[in-house]
Amino acid sequence: MSDSTAIVHGAHEADAHEEHPAYLRHHFENVEQQADAAGFAMWLFLLTEVMFFGGLFTAYLIYRNWYYPAFVAASHQLSVVWGTTNTAVLIFSSFTMAMGVWCAETRRRKGLILSLCLTFLLGLVFLGIKTIEYGEKIEKHHVPGFHYNLSSFLDPDNDAAAKAANDKPLPLDMARHTEVYFSLYFAMTGMHALHMIIGIAILGYMIFRARAGAYTTGHVTFVENFGLYWHFVDIIWIYLFALLYLISRHQ
Amino acid sequence: MTDQKEMEAASHHVVSPKIYVIILLALILGTAATVWASFLELGPWNPVIALAIATGKAMLVVLFFMHVKYSSKLTKLTVFAGIFTLFTLIGMTLADYFSRAWGQW
Repeated sequence: MSDSTAIVHGAHEADAHEEHPAYLRHHFENVEQQADAAGFAMWLFLLTEVMFFGGLFTAYLIYRNWYYPAFVAASHQLSVVWGTTNTAVLIFSSFTMAMGVWCAETRRRKGLILSLCLTFLLGLVFLGIKTIEYGEKIEKHHVPGFHYNLSSFLDPDNDAAAKAANDKPLPLDMARHTEVYFSLYFAMTGMHALHMIIGIAILGYMIFRARAGAYTTGHVTFVENFGLYWHFVDIIWIYLFALLYLISRHQ
Repeated sequence: MTDQKEMEAASHHVVSPKIYVIILLALILGTAATVWASFLELGPWNPVIALAIATGKAMLVVLFFMHVKYSSKLTKLTVFAGIFTLFTLIGMTLADYFSRAWGQW
């Protein structure tokens, strides 16, 4: 942390003590090496996240292949308009985050605070839109569980979204598999939303610290690594958008 | 020695806002393209195109927003190894599921 002080043990050590920034830990040769080590560790963490989401994506691909008609019909219940809006919101928040990293690197405190605040707000907009989408699912009883309702898939003519997509009625056993789609939909978008919530919480902390002058003293590791996390969450959404919303539009 | 130091300084590259703006525009364009393509009737090519565009967008984010293009060889190798492992695992899992004639699920 930039506000930590280097503690010197004994005077003879102080003589041999080369001048270095307070944030350079003593087990590193130089600032460069310290930043590289932190970046490397962050990437290793992100790869464990990639493996975790990779499992969900693989499950989705397998079930989509098995219960193809059910997945197509269930996918038609999602709103492409909301999905596209949210994709744009998230891409824009990635941009503001990248600008935040640049502001930290070039020591612009006000620019950094503005970038972090914009990223924070766009993150909240994303979650707000997600809430609207979840609300629609709850209203139509498309949440897996005891109250799951099959009427959108058994009787598509009386369902606006299904009718717009020209859905044909599914046989009962196939219609029941739409619940698998929505289980995966809520698991994947829910885990993604949880990552967003954690990210927004950390952003709040960073705004608080940046106002006090942190991150613009040359020590940008925290902002840089948080940026990696935020962009990773963006990438997950890019794939979720393609797989959940788009690939079954036209069947 | 000076050259070495300069090279190290260059390796910690500060990516300019101009590049970020270009990438932002490319990503928005990619989003528009993938939504547009999803409404075309392309049969089996619909998911292929959607995933290809998504992968293109993801690569832009990884290379520029996440600075991998300007990072050390260690970082590049780490990212590549991770993606390679992911695709190996997905590929082997799918090959197993789709090549068995169970048919009783």
